[in-house]
Amino acid sequence: MSNRIDVKKTYKLYINGAFPRTESGRTYEVKSAKGAFIANPCLASRKDLRDAVVAARAAHAGWNKATAYNRGQILYRIAEMLEGRRAQFVDEIIQVTGVTKVKAEKEVTDSVDRLVWYAGWTDKIASLAGSTNPVAGPFYNFTIPESMGVVAAIAPETQSLLGFIDSVAPIITSGNTVVILASTKAPLSAMTFAEVLATSDLPHGVINILTGKKEEIAPWMASHMDIDALDISGLPAKLHAETKVAGAENLKRIHSFKSADPGRIIAFMEAKTVWHPIGL
Amino acid sequence: MSFEYAPAPESRAVVSIKPKYGHFIGGKFVAGSKHFPTVNPATEEVLSQIALAGKAEVDAAVKAARKAYTTTWSKMSGKERGKYLYRIARIMQERAREFAVLETLDNGKPIRESRDTDIPLAAAHFFYHAGWADKLEYAGLGTSPKPLGVAGQIIPWNFPLLMLAWKVAPALAAGNTVVLKPAESTPLTALLFAEVCQQAELPAGVVNIVTGDGSTGALIVNHPGIDKIAFTGSTEVGKIIARAVAPTKKSVTLELGGKAANIVFDDAPIDETVEGIVNGIFFNQGHVCCAGSRLLLQENVAEEVLHKLKNRMEKIRVGDPMDKNTDVGAINSKEQLLKIIELAAAGDAEGAERWSPACTLPAKGFWFAPTIFTGVTQAHRIAREEIFGPVLSVLTFRTPQEAIEKANNTPFGLSAGIWSEKGSRTLWASQQLRAGVIWANTFNKFDPTSPFGGYKESGWGREGGRHGLSAYLKGVSHE
Amino acid sequence: MSFYGLVDGSDASLKSYLNNLSGVDQVGAEARAAMLATRSIKTSSKRWAIDTAITMVDLTTLEGADTPGKVKALCTKAVRPDPTDSTVPSVGAVCVYNDMVSVARTHLDLIGGQHVPVAAVSTAFPSGRASMSVKIQDTQDAIDAGAAEIDMVIDRGAFLAGRYIDVFNEIVQIKQVCGDKAHLKVIFETGELVTYDNVRKASFLAMAAGADFIKTSTGKVAPAATPPVVLVMLEAVRDFYEMTNTRIGVKPAGGIRNTKDAIKQLVLVNETVGPDWLNPTLFRIGASALLNDLLMQRMKMDEGYYSSPQYVTMD
Repeated sequence: MSNRIDVKKTYKLYINGAFPRTESGRTYEVKSAKGAFIANPCLASRKDLRDAVVAARAAHAGWNKATAYNRGQILYRIAEMLEGRRAQFVDEIIQVTGVTKVKAEKEVTDSVDRLVWYAGWTDKIASLAGSTNPVAGPFYNFTIPESMGVVAAIAPETQSLLGFIDSVAPIITSGNTVVILASTKAPLSAMTFAEVLATSDLPHGVINILTGKKEEIAPWMASHMDIDALDISGLPAKLHAETKVAGAENLKRIHSFKSADPGRIIAFMEAKTVWHPIGL
Repeated sequence: MSFEYAPAPESRAVVSIKPKYGHFIGGKFVAGSKHFPTVNPATEEVLSQIALAGKAEVDAAVKAARKAYTTTWSKMSGKERGKYLYRIARIMQERAREFAVLETLDNGKPIRESRDTDIPLAAAHFFYHAGWADKLEYAGLGTSPKPLGVAGQIIPWNFPLLMLAWKVAPALAAGNTVVLKPAESTPLTALLFAEVCQQAELPAGVVNIVTGDGSTGALIVNHPGIDKIAFTGSTEVGKIIARAVAPTKKSVTLELGGKAANIVFDDAPIDETVEGIVNGIFFNQGHVCCAGSRLLLQENVAEEVLHKLKNRMEKIRVGDPMDKNTDVGAINSKEQLLKIIELAAAGDAEGAERWSPACTLPAKGFWFAPTIFTGVTQAHRIAREEIFGPVLSVLTFRTPQEAIEKANNTPFGLSAGIWSEKGSRTLWASQQLRAGVIWANTFNKFDPTSPFGGYKESGWGREGGRHGLSAYLKGVSHE
Repeated sequence: MSFYGLVDGSDASLKSYLNNLSGVDQVGAEARAAMLATRSIKTSSKRWAIDTAITMVDLTTLEGADTPGKVKALCTKAVRPDPTDSTVPSVGAVCVYNDMVSVARTHLDLIGGQHVPVAAVSTAFPSGRASMSVKIQDTQDAIDAGAAEIDMVIDRGAFLAGRYIDVFNEIVQIKQVCGDKAHLKVIFETGELVTYDNVRKASFLAMAAGADFIKTSTGKVAPAATPPVVLVMLEAVRDFYEMTNTRIGVKPAGGIRNTKDAIKQLVLVNETVGPDWLNPTLFRIGASALLNDLLMQRMKMDEGYYSSPQYVTMD
């Protein structure tokens, strides 16, 4: 037993439901908290981002059109799959970050619970963020929130699983698709989470995951004209201004968040107001 | 003998325009240093000399707004704030005719529109938001939402008083104070509004109005003492503002350009559709960010609709904006007229076919006849760029899917129109269209309860309704 | 018969034709009518409009209590609306029940009103509830008694039940009775058809069947000749003219009581079908009280001060 050689995992990207290597051929080294080598994840390039955006854009129509009930069931399914692989995530978190087992278990537990929480929001957020508007005239007038399209996100560096889920879940809850850059130092949870996604009935392209460097990818995210919005919660504050400046080219909606709340879902939705006459 | 409409000019006697205006800062009118003229675009008559605010004036206005925010307005109960807003709404209603005449003189829009649309809606915005002031905890932003502080507001020339109301009413209701800059070419109703604030005994500094041009606007946008920027205008300037505030903590809402598709399906109620097309593009001379400037006709009814549209356009009355029978007034400025002429010429050059009804335009002033271009394709400049004038580009489509693809094939996403008597198709199309306001079997309707604002490059945020109010409150999780 | 080539007279072709007409959006139609109501006309045009409106009035009495005396008085008023001012034109017609036609015709001829036609309401007015033979007889009687215009009601029950062909055939038959002796005005009773879609359908149905005029109402049901209803009918008339090159007249009746209302109607005509329709051969207003208001407004324009009902004759 003791002399068995481990079969180590090659960590790749997750784009359009597949696990490609970066087109750049580059990798970087991830080490444990104690400095030991763990893995060589992909150092994603702007071209990987480009491919991921294409996948996310293609997936948007279908995911947006899926019923809220269906999206809720899929989010719940993701939680089920994550629950079943708790041990693996706990191990990876400990391995990479060196936190205690109790802490790691709490993060995984919170992650599962958070997914369940968001699963329940899919068919409720519209009643919070929408309205019927009593206009002064013979018109039926209502405002409904709907997804924006493709949202890019930069996951927080710490809490590499929970932070990641807090980034992607509110984005996809409403029908957006997402391209997310995982925590640079601790990308393993995100890439293992991709395996959860791959077995969760989530349509290909709804969540696309890159690993690599924030300073390298963020500017390309900010300037990409086919990205509608950007969650920069995981981007260092010193990079926010230049990201927002670049994002202004197509007036991206750029937000960063401190906690999980329904406002996070609403921030990546557009309010659409529809007027129709009322008459015989 | 025949049946002719009278020149039925609204009386100008109701307004008194001063030869020169200053700024409204800290509850008082203060003299400006430099001045520029504001002109009646229908006659080119100089109406008054308007002060150009520089750094000192903007500083003073921000300081007054901050002081009012800290010492008075943020401490006042919502109930009391609301009463001031109700007072303002009432005084605007009392002086509605005065506002309408002044608006028409300064802007060039027909008196029928300023009288029946702009001014009543502006008063309605104050009335609506007055009621929010003591109910902010029910606005869906948590139990104690807070105002942002001092709001810098920059508004356009197409609906001068109405845009002021869209900005000032929610800001004040939420407990903010404001520094507002009206457009360079249409400052007069904002200055009359300052008098209304005085009559309403609004605490000094809660509303400050500085006049000027783009340089004044830039001073407001870049002012460190301002917490929130609200802008309505071009997408180009909107992007400049977005970049300027990027390094700051300022929150921003932007109401920008559009190139709305107005989609006519073959089962549309045809006569009302023709009215809607006319209203969609010729209302306010087409100076409307949400104008239905791209007409998408289903091919099997295109000929019939165009025939009826042309007949209807023959009846449009272009001319003296003060005439109560006028449908289309003057183009707001020479600059805007040149832009319209240039884009229409591009339509000619690119092979689209131009048509206008026979109409005699006044010799003086800035005028452009109602115009349609047929044979327009997606690639034409007049199908892509905002003309902001009475110029309609007509395209055709074969299937509902094609209509939606064409409608959405633009970086803008402010509004869209759908004409059909089939409910399921209307709802389908309204879902598919990537735009913030969808008018089905109507067009260019506005209401204070109804959120307005765009997708994509048409802006950030909404104005009107609970959604618009939230743009002036803290209480959500994101920064 | 050809029916202008629009339908072949069969139930199927009529149904298919009417069901393929474009719908009317109530809110949009009412908004358009309201907008046109804000037009103001020149003072000189107003004088012309008042006189034109007088010539368009179908001066009407349609009461169970009508007597020869009442009808004669009405005829006198019709010929010379203002006995003190000979420049006031005669009205468009006198409109009475079948049995009063000969009284009216005889009296008009007696007082020099040969130029004023008598219109008779017909086909079991106002309900239209009678057998076809009665309706034909009703019409024939009126024509025999000297009616030059027949204001028939349609069978609203048949229309609402979807039996368009029955409504159509009735109009065709009454038109045959009218021949070249009388103009046929077809009354829809729009207050009972309720929707503008129905008004548009009824307009095309009646025009195809041979109506010379289409008329809103009997005056017995409210709402009657509201501006949007008239707008929708004028739009149908305009479209019909474009298709067939035939000008059909329009007669709003009921609810038009003062000069302002009448001028609003003229504005609708001017903007929708154009000035060709601004004469009594193509536009009539069914009214009684309206005439005196027109006269008072006319006096005001002449005298420069407001008149009083005491200075116009009650009938």
